[in-house]
Amino acid sequence: MVAQNVFFYLLAGIILFSAFRVVTSNNVVHAALYLVAVLAAVAAEYVLLAAEFVAATQVLVYIGAIIVLFLFGIMLTRAKLGSDQDLTHPHWALSAATAVVMFGVMGYALVDQFHWTATPLPADTRLVSVDGSNSATVSDSVFTAYLVPFEVVSVLLLAALVGAIVLARKD
Amino acid sequence: MFALDPLFSGTFDGAVFLIVLAKVVIAFALLLVSVLFMIWFERKLHADMSNRLGPNRAGPFGILQTLADGIKFFFKEDLLPDRADKRIFILAPFLSLVPAFLVFSVIPLGGVFTAEKQGIVTVFGRETYVQLADPPIGVLLILACSSIAVYGVMLAGWSSGSKYPLLGSVRATAQMVSYEAALGLSVIAVVMLAGSLSTHDMVMVQAGEGFGGILPRWNLIATGVVPFVIFVIAGTAELNRPPFDLVEAEQELVGGFHTEYSSIRFALFFLAEFMNTVTMSAIIVTLFLGGPAGPTFFGPALMWGPIWFASKLFLFLFMFVWLRATLPRFRYDQLMDLGWKVLIPISLGWMLLLASLNVAGDAGWNTFVVAGAAVLIGLVAYLMLAGAIATSARRREQAELEGSIR
Repeated sequence: MVAQNVFFYLLAGIILFSAFRVVTSNNVVHAALYLVAVLAAVAAEYVLLAAEFVAATQVLVYIGAIIVLFLFGIMLTRAKLGSDQDLTHPHWALSAATAVVMFGVMGYALVDQFHWTATPLPADTRLVSVDGSNSATVSDSVFTAYLVPFEVVSVLLLAALVGAIVLARKD
Repeated sequence: MFALDPLFSGTFDGAVFLIVLAKVVIAFALLLVSVLFMIWFERKLHADMSNRLGPNRAGPFGILQTLADGIKFFFKEDLLPDRADKRIFILAPFLSLVPAFLVFSVIPLGGVFTAEKQGIVTVFGRETYVQLADPPIGVLLILACSSIAVYGVMLAGWSSGSKYPLLGSVRATAQMVSYEAALGLSVIAVVMLAGSLSTHDMVMVQAGEGFGGILPRWNLIATGVVPFVIFVIAGTAELNRPPFDLVEAEQELVGGFHTEYSSIRFALFFLAEFMNTVTMSAIIVTLFLGGPAGPTFFGPALMWGPIWFASKLFLFLFMFVWLRATLPRFRYDQLMDLGWKVLIPISLGWMLLLASLNVAGDAGWNTFVVAGAAVLIGLVAYLMLAGAIATSARRREQAELEGSIR
């Protein structure tokens, strides 16, 4: 378990540093690349938790699609090399305060969910001891216990898609 | 069905570590050698097809030409453009090279795929698979790596600080993102059939006696050829190879995203491109043609896995060269139309058809009624899509006409 702890803190350090650089970097493309580093390190944390399906999906969806589209948009509109001076928003302190409050609320919700106690690890921590594949477990729970939230999210994404097309159309 | 690599089912000791290390070295060396071969093969075959001689100076049949070129690249001056974003300019070639390597680690290269052996071989008293890694999400790893490969091309073009590379990389990004969707949708058909995301299980499913005792039990046939064709087309587009090589259309963009690159950094891009060609062929072989599984004849059974794998791989390498030698380049709007209006709808429709047949099989419904209903629904969907495309084309024409009058 020692190795897992070492890598956890290593990755957590990378996440914190990169997240800080995302908001302080003077270049939009650099900021987007630091965001890639944050997302990749989060995917690595999922691997440490033996949730390889979630990790692969994270890489596929966030790094492989969403940030690529971010960068694509940046390159088509303002592909300037070098640093921008006008990137810092005048109300940045307010945004930072909002972020801290959000962090507090979500952290509280998470810890409260587990009743303020650490869940002990299973006796046999090897991957072989997991019954069946993780992907099967994830898909089973998505399509049974969490079917309604899953479908609601899908409809939400569809609505966003239609909305984007309506906004982008000329007529 | 679901099985991890038996190498890790016991305790992790020095022997296991050494076996993994040996596998890494072998996979790495094998990929590099096959890339060297592929570069020579492409040049030689392309020369034959266009009635030229091709490389014939270094070594017998010019086979050492690639090695000579590699040495030349090492000794050339390394240029960094003045206006480039230095750090990203240096990083970009590695971002294209590393995913190309990673994909090869999940490809099964050999083993005897019978019901008793399950593709397991014994090395130094330890049981293992003949592939570097068999993660339970192998297929997703392949897709994830191909989506990371976009970064190398995109950042190379942007960081060069010049307009032709930027145009090339914008084209490349749009193309790769569009065709990734078709690629993923056609893979779903295979995954549904295998019931697993592991590449080892994928080969295991396709091994053994097939349809009518003559045809092999390949996913190519079991999924009805359509996903295979879509995968090959989308894969070629994903590789930026002809006829989809708009990324480096030399008549329009000088050299595309790597115009500003020289010496060893250019060589890394070149290597990544050919490495991707080899790994894409290996992926096609694994997903649709049963990988190393095949009948064994004389000699040790273990020998036949790599032979089958290599000969199937060779078929696709030949195909890629053939496509390059014969097909002209797509126009940009044709490329986007093919991706979004043809490949994605067909692969989506085919996936839904296979899924409904799958459910029908499980629930014991009449297969023909379900297939008929599915085809009917597909026809209605096709008509709606065709109507929508025709309407939008007509409106665009009208708008252009009004614009020209004004």
